[in-house]
Amino acid sequence: MTHAIEATTPLATRRSASGVPTGRLAVWWLLASEIVIFGGLLASYLMHRLHHPHWADEAGHTNAIAGAFNTFVLLTSSLFAVLGHQAAERGDGRGAARYLVFTIGGGLVFLAVKAWEWTGEIRHGFTIFRDVFWAYYYTTTGLHGLHVVVGLVAMAFVATEARRGRNLHRVELVGIYWHFVDAVWIFLFPLFYIAR
Amino acid sequence: MTAETGVGHGHVDYLKVYLALLVLLGVSLAGPLVGLWWLTLVTAFGVAVVKALMVAAYFMHLNIERRWVWYLLLLMLGFMIVLFAGVAPDVLQGEGQHWVKSSGAVPGH
Repeated sequence: MTHAIEATTPLATRRSASGVPTGRLAVWWLLASEIVIFGGLLASYLMHRLHHPHWADEAGHTNAIAGAFNTFVLLTSSLFAVLGHQAAERGDGRGAARYLVFTIGGGLVFLAVKAWEWTGEIRHGFTIFRDVFWAYYYTTTGLHGLHVVVGLVAMAFVATEARRGRNLHRVELVGIYWHFVDAVWIFLFPLFYIAR
Repeated sequence: MTAETGVGHGHVDYLKVYLALLVLLGVSLAGPLVGLWWLTLVTAFGVAVVKALMVAAYFMHLNIERRWVWYLLLLMLGFMIVLFAGVAPDVLQGEGQHWVKSSGAVPGH
């Protein structure tokens, strides 16, 4: 198992001064910066939400069923991502690529549901200019959606490589990023859809 | 996982973790269905923390990652709390020791 992945792993990704392989270390630093970005946005939203009780009425117009469904979709895609990682560990590049394609499918479903939600909300007059609540809603879910798009592009690239049995260690790296995107949504869901 | 290759996660039943996450998703919807705000606080936000920790521990494999990676990520969460503690009083309070919120009006304009 170990030999299978070592044979296809560049030296730079196995080299480590910190006890964590360079590639994975880079992903952790990336996610640390992402925590500050999303954390700052959510902390700001939270304090304003506490100051404006009427935002509960605005939150009543978001679609909780669509939000719950999207949570289900992202959790499922995370399962596929980690199964892809498991396949990569076995040296099964084609299997890893297949699971990544399933993960990409989940991401696309998520974006489609989000687009449908936004379309309905905008058509009903809940635009970004209606209230600061909606400004936070579109900014935060939009930024999250952008991260989903970035993840999909990265996964498509990694899946193409993995299918040829190349750079299998990247399956884990892109998976860690995807799980983070999932974890962010886990907090966005109660903040914008459930708390009314 | 080994530090060098990122392999060797041992046996984790990812399907069981996934099913537990789905059950927790169902629980998180219980508060709004019953309509009690305190129940929503516990079921939605409490469960969100548990779900995020499960994803981090088992899917991101932080449970077997170097301990300092946890510290790094928690430090970033600490910055979020510092931001909240520093700014929230200005947002949440209408007046302080030597100031009163002007509700957006600029004096003299």
